[in-house]
Amino acid sequence: MNKIEVEDLNVYFGDNHVLKDVNIEIPKNNVTALIGPSGCGKSTFIRTVNRMNDLIPSFRHEGNVLLDGVDVYNHKMDVVDLRKKVGMVFQKPNPFPKSIFENVAYGLRIHGINDNDSLSARVEEALRSAALWDEVEDKLENSAMGLSGGQQQRLCIARTIANNPKVILMDEPCSALDPISTTKIEDLIHKLKRDYTIIIVTHNMQQATRVSKYTSFFLNGEIIESNLTDKIFIDPQNKKTEDYITGRFG
Amino acid sequence: MDKNRINEFLIEKGLFITAIFSIMVIFVIILFILMEGLPAFEEYGFFNFLFGLAWSPNHGEYGVFAMIIGSLCVTLLSLLMAVPLSLLCAIFMAEVAPNNIRKILKPVVETLSGIPSVVYGFFGLIVLVPFLRESFGGTGFSMFAASLILTVMVLPTIISISQDSLRAVPHEYREASFGLGATNWQTIKNIVFPAALPGIVTAIILGMGRAIGETLAVIMVVGNVVQIPSSIFDPVRTLTANIAIEMGYATGLHYNALFGTAIVLFLIIMILLLVANYIRYKYKVDIGGGYL
Ligand SMILES: Nc1ncnc2c1ncn2[C@@H]1O[C@H](COP(=O)(O)OP(=O)(O)O)[C@@H](O)[C@H]1O
Ligand SMILES: [Mg+2]
Repeated sequence: MNKIEVEDLNVYFGDNHVLKDVNIEIPKNNVTALIGPSGCGKSTFIRTVNRMNDLIPSFRHEGNVLLDGVDVYNHKMDVVDLRKKVGMVFQKPNPFPKSIFENVAYGLRIHGINDNDSLSARVEEALRSAALWDEVEDKLENSAMGLSGGQQQRLCIARTIANNPKVILMDEPCSALDPISTTKIEDLIHKLKRDYTIIIVTHNMQQATRVSKYTSFFLNGEIIESNLTDKIFIDPQNKKTEDYITGRFG
Repeated sequence: MDKNRINEFLIEKGLFITAIFSIMVIFVIILFILMEGLPAFEEYGFFNFLFGLAWSPNHGEYGVFAMIIGSLCVTLLSLLMAVPLSLLCAIFMAEVAPNNIRKILKPVVETLSGIPSVVYGFFGLIVLVPFLRESFGGTGFSMFAASLILTVMVLPTIISISQDSLRAVPHEYREASFGLGATNWQTIKNIVFPAALPGIVTAIILGMGRAIGETLAVIMVVGNVVQIPSSIFDPVRTLTANIAIEMGYATGLHYNALFGTAIVLFLIIMILLLVANYIRYKYKVDIGGGYL
């Protein structure tokens, strides 16, 4: 079953035609990896799904981005609600300059949960799901800025999970992390895919093979090939895909 | 290579000497004020000077307490009006206004801070004082008139520095907040504003410094009566005004007492700065960072 279906999506930043006739289906409760050289539009694509591109004045789009069959750009869509359902983890860990607890509680607070008991319970649950609880349990009131990069990124994942999303978008979540932290995040992704539909942008082909079931290859704003990850890496159908994954360009 | 090293050496030493020189100038000034002011404390008694209610050089009375109150009241009242106003304005300029409006507003605000204080004072004297006289009775020369003028004078300082520190908050924080479904206002209130707070406190400190030190514009509208005010429409005298008004003809102990007034002003400013810096430091540590 598909969680997200994108039909003939074109995206422009002013005169810059960034995504061209993109069609893709994202299956529910699986990990889909997006690979491709820098500047080919991977970030732009995932930011279209939770409408983060709305923040950019020159952004314009055509086509449909269906989440559970409903176009996220339809005029009745509540963007606040959409972003609650479609969480996002960024390339550089970006915890707020607040306590660890408040980082996770923030999303809950802005969505109207203020009762201390339920906040505590849900913060703990989210931190456990993000495999961070054991490391921070006795310093929840400390500033999140004191955590290591890997811990900060897991905190950002916890913050996203706390909102109870259906989809998690990850934009190169490990590119600023060391190998050990990267492994922890990858393990976490394996654990999360049971409950969430995950789209992960990655520069690292090994990472794509390790974490994802499906992979799409982007090049110059077009999707060249989408398939099972195993198929794409073992037997790419398109010459450009083959060139990219064998490291001949990009 | 060698030439570079010599250049480097000269520049380094040159900067060092300039820095030392400016610090020395400040020390010489402080030393001079202390030397001229301390005799007043010795002769009149420090506590009598500080807490005495009567300032009457003709009768040898030199109590500055009413003027301490005057300075503090005028400053606090003006901050009470200026801080909310300028923070809202800074938030509007930094977060809400579209780029082209910001491009117009920023230089306008910066120009405001370049207007000489005599112009503000003159405006107060010609427009504000008569207006207050007609609206609220009395002479119009009052603590309130001075506070209003000071409000306008400190607005640009607080606005531009707060605005800079709001805009220095990394874009990543906003993205994270929007990504969690926060609205623009929620993001400003809960994320951007707290992250910018150390810088905003700095802005308020500088505004406060300007208000408490302002002399000319205040003299022109404040009434300069040495008394503890019972309402904001009463005339008062500030410490700065006291020095400026009487310095021209003061001799002997009177002359020393004016320098004593300067020492008191200096102490007050030091205490306010220390308190404000402590708050800023404490807060910065608490949030683990902070952007100026
Ligand atoms: N905020 C923006 N404004 C204008 N153009 C942008 C913006 N963000 C990205 N682009 C353009 O969109 C294209 C795709 O960028 P991006 O989606 O970030 O690529 P990727 O994530 O694959 O490296 C690039 O040509 C880039 O210049
Ligand atoms: Mg990118």
